[in-house]
Amino acid sequence: MAADRAGVLAWIRRSAEAIHEQREILTELDREIGDGDHGTNMDRGFAAVMTKLPDVADADIGTILKTVGMTLVSTVGGASGPLYGTAFLRAGTALAGKQELTLADALAGLQAALDGVVARGHAERGEKTMVDAIAPAVDALKASVEHDDALRQALETAATAAEDGAKATIPMLAKKGRASYLGERSINHQDPGATSAALFFRAMVTGE
Amino acid sequence: MAVGLVIVSHSERLAEGVVELAGQMASGQVRLAAAGGTDDGSLGTSLNKVLSAIDTVYSPDGVLVLVDLGSAGLVAEMALEQLPPDRRRHIILSEAPLVEGAVVAAVESSIGSSLDQVATTARTAMEMNKVATNQA
Repeated sequence: MAADRAGVLAWIRRSAEAIHEQREILTELDREIGDGDHGTNMDRGFAAVMTKLPDVADADIGTILKTVGMTLVSTVGGASGPLYGTAFLRAGTALAGKQELTLADALAGLQAALDGVVARGHAERGEKTMVDAIAPAVDALKASVEHDDALRQALETAATAAEDGAKATIPMLAKKGRASYLGERSINHQDPGATSAALFFRAMVTGE
Repeated sequence: MAVGLVIVSHSERLAEGVVELAGQMASGQVRLAAAGGTDDGSLGTSLNKVLSAIDTVYSPDGVLVLVDLGSAGLVAEMALEQLPPDRRRHIILSEAPLVEGAVVAAVESSIGSSLDQVATTARTAMEMNKVATNQA
């Protein structure tokens, strides 16, 4: 993605498209270990986000991300509403006033998002949640900042790390949310929240 | 004025039902508000609905917020964080079971107890024995 305001808006649009295309898969994953509404909920949330984007077309990146967050909190309905809502709100706060982003800015925003999800969900790594996709992606970005990688390459590596992280939830025992009610039966299923989180990272590097 | 109650549930009908049930115990003395379902009435929870329910029942005597599952607690936490501090400190988020907690909280509030007392009583609902054969 180009790291200016237009690039961020395009990323949100592509994320909404990816959620819409994958909604049945997300719901099916959630049906296996949750309440079977993750795809529907996220699709409803991002449909609402798309109607709000024109209002912030001229706003700074922080304002755009905060608007996404507030919209998700009020429209998604499931736990992913407050969790992704907090992620976008925290990222928006970290990037307040920015018109474009360096790789270090992208890292700061995503680190704030991860910290927000961890605080809101009281979740740690290895508990079969979206943290298991976001945290490895943030680690990858950190390494890229240290190596002074190009933004595009860094985001590509982060997207792969998020996808690998989502796959790595399959053998995990769920410790959070409805899936935790299933105990051992939550094993051998990929976490829907980690799966949708990986879609957001992939959307940063697709469709250019 | 008495401590107000906010009932947050994934289901609009469940929230309204709990308000009805707990309200019956409070004989009109306690203000209760339902925040059930998403804004379009589907199963889920809505920050808007929780904020507006708090606004409906708020008084300086306080508000106890009761929740059903998962996202209801997360949304309620977010709602509290958005309130101004002078309002925030008169509101407690309860970990009590929704139905039992709401009923005992409504009774406690109806006799004029403080927010802390209402919250403590709601918490005792976690230990309620509902079926005689389960009693030790």
